[in-house]
Amino acid sequence: MLTEIVGKPVPRKEGRSKVTGAARYVDDLRMPGMLYGATVRSPVARGRIRSVTFGEGVPWDEFVVVTAKDIPGENAVALILLDQPYLASEFVNHAEEPILLLAHADKQLLERARRAVHVDIEPLPAVFTLADSLARTQTIWGEDNIFKSYLVDKGNVDEVWAQADLVVEGEYSTGAQEQLYIETNGVIAVANAEEGVTVWGSMQCPYYVHKALLKLFALPPERVRVVQCETGGGFGGKEEYPSMIGGHAALLSWKAGGRPVKIIYDRAEDMVATTKRHPSLTRHRTAVSRDGRLLGMEIEFVVDGGAYATLSAVVLSRGTIHAAGPYNCPNVRIRSRAVATNVPPHGAFRGFGAPQSIFALERQMDKVAAAVGLSPAEFRRRNFIRQGETTATGQVIREPVDMAGLLDRAFELTDYQAKRERFARENAAVGAGGVKRGIGFASFMHGAGFTGSGEDYLKSIVGAEADASGRVRILAASTEIGQGTNTIFAQIASDALGLNYDLVEMAQPDTGNVPDSGPTVASRTCMIVGRLVESAALGLRQTLQGAGLLADEYTEGDWREACRQYVERYGALKSFSQYKPPPGVRWDDEKYEGDAYGAFAWAVYVAEVSVDTLTYETRVDDFVAVQEVGKVVHPILAAGQIEGGVAQAIGFTLYENVVWQDGRMVNNGMTNYVMPTSVDLPPIRVHFEEQPYEYGPAGGAKGIGELPMDGGAPAILNAIEQATGVSFTHVPLMPEALMRGLSETT
Amino acid sequence: MPERTKQKTHIEFTLNGEAVEVAFAPHKTLLEVLREDLNLMGTKHGCELGECGTCAVLVNGRSALSCLVLGLEAEGRSVETVEGMASPAGLHPLQETFADTGAAQCGYCTPGFLLVAKELLAANPRPTREEIKEALCGNLCRCTGYIKIYEAVELAAARMRGEELELPREAVYGLD
Repeated sequence: MLTEIVGKPVPRKEGRSKVTGAARYVDDLRMPGMLYGATVRSPVARGRIRSVTFGEGVPWDEFVVVTAKDIPGENAVALILLDQPYLASEFVNHAEEPILLLAHADKQLLERARRAVHVDIEPLPAVFTLADSLARTQTIWGEDNIFKSYLVDKGNVDEVWAQADLVVEGEYSTGAQEQLYIETNGVIAVANAEEGVTVWGSMQCPYYVHKALLKLFALPPERVRVVQCETGGGFGGKEEYPSMIGGHAALLSWKAGGRPVKIIYDRAEDMVATTKRHPSLTRHRTAVSRDGRLLGMEIEFVVDGGAYATLSAVVLSRGTIHAAGPYNCPNVRIRSRAVATNVPPHGAFRGFGAPQSIFALERQMDKVAAAVGLSPAEFRRRNFIRQGETTATGQVIREPVDMAGLLDRAFELTDYQAKRERFARENAAVGAGGVKRGIGFASFMHGAGFTGSGEDYLKSIVGAEADASGRVRILAASTEIGQGTNTIFAQIASDALGLNYDLVEMAQPDTGNVPDSGPTVASRTCMIVGRLVESAALGLRQTLQGAGLLADEYTEGDWREACRQYVERYGALKSFSQYKPPPGVRWDDEKYEGDAYGAFAWAVYVAEVSVDTLTYETRVDDFVAVQEVGKVVHPILAAGQIEGGVAQAIGFTLYENVVWQDGRMVNNGMTNYVMPTSVDLPPIRVHFEEQPYEYGPAGGAKGIGELPMDGGAPAILNAIEQATGVSFTHVPLMPEALMRGLSETT
Repeated sequence: MPERTKQKTHIEFTLNGEAVEVAFAPHKTLLEVLREDLNLMGTKHGCELGECGTCAVLVNGRSALSCLVLGLEAEGRSVETVEGMASPAGLHPLQETFADTGAAQCGYCTPGFLLVAKELLAANPRPTREEIKEALCGNLCRCTGYIKIYEAVELAAARMRGEELELPREAVYGLD
C-alpha cells in the first residue's frame, strides 16, 4: 500500500492542459454545419407584447427563427417551480427577458439581424425594489409577491424583551453582485426528433440542464444528453442559467432540423441578462443581559428574487439558517421572505444567501458589544456556541467546536489587540483629510451540503469502474469548474484503494455516461460526493476480493492482475454508491427545525483597512482567514478556495456595485463594474485547523467552497468603523457613501 | 441590403516561431484570426473590449490584447500564443509553476497571464511582488485572488535564473 496522498499538494488532474492551451472550453469546439444563435430580449421591465416585427435589410429567409410557439414541450424552465418561460409570449416580467431566438452561420449578419428585430411592448407598472415589492405597490407575482417565506422559532423570544437589560436594533442591506466568471455562458446543441437532444456547455450541474430539457422537449430521459465541457469558472452563475441558454440553443437546433447551434454570450449580454447575487435587507432586534449574554434574537431577513422563482426559495433557506450564526442563544425567531421584483432573476452565487445574513449579523454583534460596553471579541467569546449546544434551528452541535480558539489564532496572526489599540491612538491624531486605520473581524460558520432534507431528496449516486489494466475511473456528474473536483476525487479514490494517484481518473460529466451525483453547489462536492467516491471506489475492491482475485494486502501489480482477470471472466467491473444520511440526523421541513446540515465549517476572519478621508478610498491592507474545515484534502487547492473567495468578498464589500436603472443593470461591463485586480487586493493569509468530521471522506473532510465569501464584508465594515467611528450598514460601501457617512458625522 | 464582404486579405507573419500565411476577412481581430482561421484555441476571449486581459498574446515580444488588434497588424511581425510557450524539452517554467502552485484554477484567464508574465520576466528577471502586481494588473482572474499567481511567477523567475526557490511552507500548507 502507498502512503496517503490526501493532504498532499499533488498536481491537479487537468493542470497541464490548462497551462498549454490544450483545455477545450465550449467556444473552442466547432461542428460541421454549425450555426450561431442569438437572443432577442425585452427592452422593458414589465409589459404586454403587442407585436414583433422584422426590419428591413436582413435576408430573413436565411435565418432560423424560434418563438414560444415552436416549443415542443412545456415553455417553462424546470427547476423548483415552473413559472419562468424559456421565451416570453404575451407578457414580459423583466428587462432582457428572452422573447425570440435567431440562428445563422454568419455571426456578423446574426448580430445585425438581432438588432433589426423590433418588439413592441405596452409597458405595465413595474416593481424594482424590495421595499416596493413588500409594500405591494403592484402585485407582480402570485397573490402577494412572495416566492417563499420561512419561520424559525426557538425558545420563546416574546418573553425576553421584558427581562433584557438592553435591546439593540439594527438594519442592514446588501446589493446585487455579478459572478463574473471569466468565461461567459455558452453552449452547443444538436437536437432533432430522431436523435433527441444533446447539449455541450459550460455548466456546474449537467443533471439540472437534463431535467429542464426533458420538460422543454417532452422527451424521455434517455433521449436527452448533457455534457459539461471545461468550464471557466461558475461561482453559482452556472448553476441554473445553463438550463436557459442550453434550452435556447436546443430549440434553434430542433427548428433547424438538427444542425448544431452554438450560443456564446458576449460579456455585456452575460452581465445584463443572467443571474446575480440576491440583494437583501435584514433587521435585527437583540436582547442581552448586562454581562453580555445573548438572551434573544429576532431577525427579519428579506431577499430580492427578481422576476421568477428560480432558486430563491433555497437561497432564502440558507440565508435564514445562517442568520443567527455561531452563537448560543436560547430564544431566536427568524422570519424570512423572498420577494419578486421586475429585474432579471437573482440566482446562485457562492454563499447562497449566507453572506447576506451573516453580514447583517456580524455588524449587529459589534453594535451589541458596544452597547453593553464590551469589546467585540469579549462579547463574542461569552456567546460562542460550544459542543452540545444548539443552533437557531435546534441542531445540537455534536462535533467539537472551538470558535474561541479560532479567534485566538486569528488575533495572534494579525497582532489584533496591539493594532486595535495603536490604531485608536493614532487615528485620534489624524487631521482632516488624513488616512485612518482600523482592524475588525467576523466570526461565522457555513453548513456543507444541501439544507435539511435536501441531500435525502437528491439521493446522489457515484460510480467507479476499473478496466482490465487496473485503471480506475470515477463516474460522477460533479463538475470541475476550477475548484479542483477532478483532483480531490482522484486523491480520495486512490487513498481508499491504496493505489497510485496517476491510476485514477475522472470521467467527463456526461449524463449519457455518469450517474446523477447531484449539482456542483452548496459546498457539497468534497464532503457529500467525496464520501460517495470513497465508497464507490471501495466497492471495486470488495468485488475483486469477493471474487477471490485480491488478497487483503496487495500491491499495485496485484491490483492490475486482479482487474485483468475479473474483466476477462465477468466483463465490466463497476461499483455504485448512493447517499444515505448519517445516523441520527433529523429535520422537520414544516417547523424548519432540526439538523440543517451534516456539518459546519467554522471561521474567524480579520481585516485591516486604511480609509483615506480625502479621497474616500478604502484599502484592505491585510486579511487573515482562519478556519476549521475538517480534514484538508489538498492544501494548495484548499488555500486557493479561501484566497479566491476572500477576493470575491472584498469585491462585494468595496468595489462591485450593480447600478440599476428601470430594472436593468446599466454598468454591464468590466470597466464600470469593478472587480478587484491584482493591485486592489491585500495579502490573503490562510490558516486551517483540522477537526475531522466523522462522516466526511478521506479521514474527515467537510465543505469549503462557499465559506470564504461569508466573513469578508462584515470584517471589513467592522474595521472601517474602528477607523472612522461611523457604523456603515450597506455593502457595497462605495466612496460616495463613505463620503456621505463621514460628512454627516462631522 | 448592405454588401456582405467576401473578399479576404492575405498576410504573412511569424507565429510561435514559424512562418505562416493566412487569408481572412479584413475586419477580423487578431483574436479571431488566431482562433477561427489558424485554429489556435488557446487564446481566449473574456470581453472583446480590452477590459479583462484574457486574450493577451505577445507581438514582437510585447503583450497586446488580441481582441483590440486587427489581424492585419500582425503582417511581418512575430506573434506568440500560449501554444508556443512549451518547447520540445518541456513546459516553460511559468507553465510548470502555474500548474503546480494552483495559479490556474478554472484556467480560462491562464494563457493571458502566462504571456504577460513571460514578458515581465524577459524585461525583469528578478521582479519584486509589487512589480509583479503592477505587471499583471491588466489581467483579471476571478478564481484565485491572484496570490498563487504571484507565487508561480516568483518561483518560475527563480528557476529561470538558475536558483533554487522552494515555495514557503505557508504557500503550500497555509499558515503554521
